Amino acid sequence: MEDDLILKVQDLTVELDHQLIIEQLSFTLKKGDTVSILGPNGAGKTVLLKCLLGLLPYKGEITWKKGIKISYVPQRLPFIKDTPLSVRDFFALKQDSSQEMQNIMHAVGFNEEFFARKVDKLSSGQFQRMLVAWSLMDKPQVLLFDEPTTGIDIGGEETIYNLLASLKEKWNLTMLLVTHDLNVVYQYSNHVICLNKQTVCAGPPREVLTPESLYKLYGGGMKYYQHKHR
Amino acid sequence: MLSKRMVLVAGPLGHLTLPGIALALLYGFNMSLGAAPFVFLGIISIWLLELRTKLPMESLTAVVFASGVAIAFLFLPIDQAEAALVGDITKINFLETSISVAVALSLSFIVKIIYPKMVLINISEDLAQSESINVKKYNLIYLFLIAIIVSLGVKVVGGLLTAALVAIPAASARNLSRNLSQYVFGSTIIGVISSFGGIFLFKLTGLPSGPLIILVSTTIFLGSLFFKK
Repeated sequence: MEDDLILKVQDLTVELDHQLIIEQLSFTLKKGDTVSILGPNGAGKTVLLKCLLGLLPYKGEITWKKGIKISYVPQRLPFIKDTPLSVRDFFALKQDSSQEMQNIMHAVGFNEEFFARKVDKLSSGQFQRMLVAWSLMDKPQVLLFDEPTTGIDIGGEETIYNLLASLKEKWNLTMLLVTHDLNVVYQYSNHVICLNKQTVCAGPPREVLTPESLYKLYGGGMKYYQHKHR
Repeated sequence: MLSKRMVLVAGPLGHLTLPGIALALLYGFNMSLGAAPFVFLGIISIWLLELRTKLPMESLTAVVFASGVAIAFLFLPIDQAEAALVGDITKINFLETSISVAVALSLSFIVKIIYPKMVLINISEDLAQSESINVKKYNLIYLFLIAIIVSLGVKVVGGLLTAALVAIPAASARNLSRNLSQYVFGSTIIGVISSFGGIFLFKLTGLPSGPLIILVSTTIFLGSLFFKK
């Protein structure tokens, strides 16, 4: 594998419960990339992430660079409310921590006050930042991020965007973001794959996200207005 | 007992003990020993079924517990039914107590070791797997531990109430805890208090100790609702 190449996916096909979820998907991930996987709900984006992590069966080839450390930030953790867990407790569950919890927490914008707080008392924005911090604990090179903006209010969105950008710079991360948010795609990715069971488009966002391709992807009349507030 | 799904498993496991207890009573040996093989059989069946089928836990548990009760009553001597159904801790002897304590201590030791992995598995099997935790293996270990605990618990509260013995103190502790250590210690202490309370009330009133223990733990639970953090 070339030095720069982190991931190679070839003809990935996934069938679950007799339903074809992903069909003949191929793409590559290079070091330093931020690739967005864009698509409507049910398009197979989370399934794709799970296959990349080896959590689901698939046909085709998925080849990661040898020795690469991958971390996963899931969309939500529905069962976390079942057990009384403080933030510190949650971090203690990480199997492999080459980082100190304090440093990572500061990096995502938390202070010591949060360590003793119960996990279910965090706002959704804080919860997501905690998941990001958790995923950084073992110094990963690649971050697989499922829906970074779900459930965060408008004020919080800016923080997650900035966080992603600063993380990328500081930690030299390669990122794969699953999203249905075009803002994230335009502002933070250098490459986008539009997925609706099959690859509808692939390439740099500005080239590839035309009204035609968005129509194909979302199946409806859709125009996108870019907010010019930055 | 950590999560809702696991608690649901404990209920029918308790009922599964009944054929074993019946056999034990008929042939005059220790109830826990009689219960154990059936519980282990139940554990393995549930584990295999979960692996092989997509059947919801609810169907499996309904089938399992109904069968257990039915089979037991085919040959349970009716005058000994009370001990089988609701247990009788007062008939225990020193040897049995020592063995139970030894087993309990060993289990605590094992639980302490696997605890972080188990909590993570309960929060998210995906996260656990991406941490290279062998989820299937730990689920099996966990189920075995529950089986042993249920078998031991049979002596105290009988077959029907074993789920309550483990689940209710944990539920109370969950209401009162702000972190994991408080939860673990809290459940244990509340469990112990419930048992002492139930036996104490038995000494006072002569009513069966098993149900009294459960009622004490339920009262504590209701109290915990007021102080819910």
